[in-house]
Amino acid sequence: MRHWLIYCFVFSILLGCSSEDAKQDNTYVPIPYQLDIPVLFQNKLIDPIIPIDNQLTVEGVALGKRLFFDNILSVNNTKACVSCHSPQNAFTDSNQFSVGVTNTSGSRNSMPLFNMAWNFDDRYFWDGHALGLEQQALEPVIDAIELGNDSWEPVEAKLNNHPEYPQLFKQAFGTSTITKTLVTKAIAQFERTLISGNSKFDKFSNGEVTLTAQEQNGLSVFMDESKGDCFHCHGNPNNPLWTDNKFHNNGLDATFSDLGLGQVTGNPNDNGKFKSPSLRNLAYTAPYMHDGRFTTLDEVIEHYSTGLQPSSTIDPLMKKVGQGGVNLSTQDKADLKAFLLTLSDPSFINNPAFIQQ
Amino acid sequence: MKKIFVLFTLLIVTLSCHEDFDDNSVLTPKVDFNFTHNWDDTAINSSNLETETVTNANGEVINISSIRYLVSSFQLTNLAGETYSFEGYNLTDLAIEDSYNFIPEINNIPTGTYTLKFVWGFNEEDNIDGQYQDLNTANWSWPEMLGGGYHFLQFDGMYNVDTTNPLPFNFHNGTARVSEGVFEQNFAVIQLDTPITITNNTTIEVKMNLAELFTNPNTWDLNVLDTDLMPNYQAQKMMQQNIMSVFSIGEIAQ
Repeated sequence: MRHWLIYCFVFSILLGCSSEDAKQDNTYVPIPYQLDIPVLFQNKLIDPIIPIDNQLTVEGVALGKRLFFDNILSVNNTKACVSCHSPQNAFTDSNQFSVGVTNTSGSRNSMPLFNMAWNFDDRYFWDGHALGLEQQALEPVIDAIELGNDSWEPVEAKLNNHPEYPQLFKQAFGTSTITKTLVTKAIAQFERTLISGNSKFDKFSNGEVTLTAQEQNGLSVFMDESKGDCFHCHGNPNNPLWTDNKFHNNGLDATFSDLGLGQVTGNPNDNGKFKSPSLRNLAYTAPYMHDGRFTTLDEVIEHYSTGLQPSSTIDPLMKKVGQGGVNLSTQDKADLKAFLLTLSDPSFINNPAFIQQ
Repeated sequence: MKKIFVLFTLLIVTLSCHEDFDDNSVLTPKVDFNFTHNWDDTAINSSNLETETVTNANGEVINISSIRYLVSSFQLTNLAGETYSFEGYNLTDLAIEDSYNFIPEINNIPTGTYTLKFVWGFNEEDNIDGQYQDLNTANWSWPEMLGGGYHFLQFDGMYNVDTTNPLPFNFHNGTARVSEGVFEQNFAVIQLDTPITITNNTTIEVKMNLAELFTNPNTWDLNVLDTDLMPNYQAQKMMQQNIMSVFSIGEIAQ
């Protein structure tokens, strides 16, 4: 009986402590977010990378989505991330160059956004100068010709004075004090959920559909070193990312007005190198190349077929540069295009989770 | 009573082992491998990979863009003929120095004197198309139309860089296609006879002389064989022959 009294006493103290803690802390624990990873990716690829200091949560992803679509991040409340990264275009811009708050154009085509959690080198932008999605998201907000702020302070102030954002940050990150670090963490969380893995070719790989004879031949052209030889940089059926996420000079120019990776590394051997974009969702991501110079897929294929320009840093994989390119037949070009279009994923651009509701 | 005796004996043995560890001598040392690279007398590493100009046996002057290669099925065999096999494989990218090291997950072997054997690429049993997620992710697959599986080597660069007309080469190695739908294994077993004495935790240096890829027994003429070598059966078999003299044992660090 005496034991019971002691247990009751200790128990009541513990209860008292916990209720007191709850009053003082009032901590909301966010719910872990489970990425919806396609089975094909699970089978073929290593696990996506999620930074240990920015694990995905339901609240963080929802907050990131709201910020991605919110003009509040721009200096005059007229532009948001989505202005240049439209869901209908697989999160790129259908314009060659995007126009920011000052109606001034940039000099590079907006990059599409998907499957970034499998970008294992974690380098972003066409020239790879940002390390990590969080770092990448810091830039456009304070780029004079993008979202146009002089610094992050006024953006942080606007968000901190907003009627809803402080509470949303509190739920996502445990603090209602909004900083640029938390803003970019939230945006990066949302961006990591942008997974595209349901194209016709994915279904073919899963044994759910068949390819037409033309698409099948297009795949052969893609995989044939003596024909397209696209696979050394742009993935293959075992690498459904359809990019190596590396940097190459693909023979666009004999001299460079934009040094690309070379500008970042300072290494002349890197001049004219740009990141290989994924071939997924090509149907939605025109125009093409880092400067959006090609408006159609036919132009892109023609470039590799007959349009290569020699330069000191051209990738040796552009092996037929001496003949202008791989000189595909008219039929092979048409078949290659048919195959490339099987990499498009309509369910990605129409996914309600990725569209402003 | 018998059981107690056995247990007591085991206890003594275990205690003795512990004493050995306390004396800093290792009964079953850990072994790992460090690949280093050279072009004859010139060391090649991530810092000079793209800047060094080298000349092959046939006289072509070369600039290297990238080199990646796969090795697997490491085995050490001691003087008594006992063989210790190491699980795993290593994809080395010369641009990434961390990838020069192969540390098998389980790598303890008894002390002794050994010779090293490993496989260039994958043997037939291991070369399964799409099987390895890290290699898929590294864009390392060998096309299905050429037999599938994985590349063994990707060596890309420019040759005749001392002329006004430098040209690309893609020296890629993997399964050999005899004819459409008919393939031939093309891996190589690298047996290095230099004795390796292992008395403690050991890093075995394996030296790779890249110049030998173009030298023995086939003096490689890049003017004839530069690109489209993957579907070229003769070129693939010549690479398999040339790889045999590329590797040697270097420093044994204990």
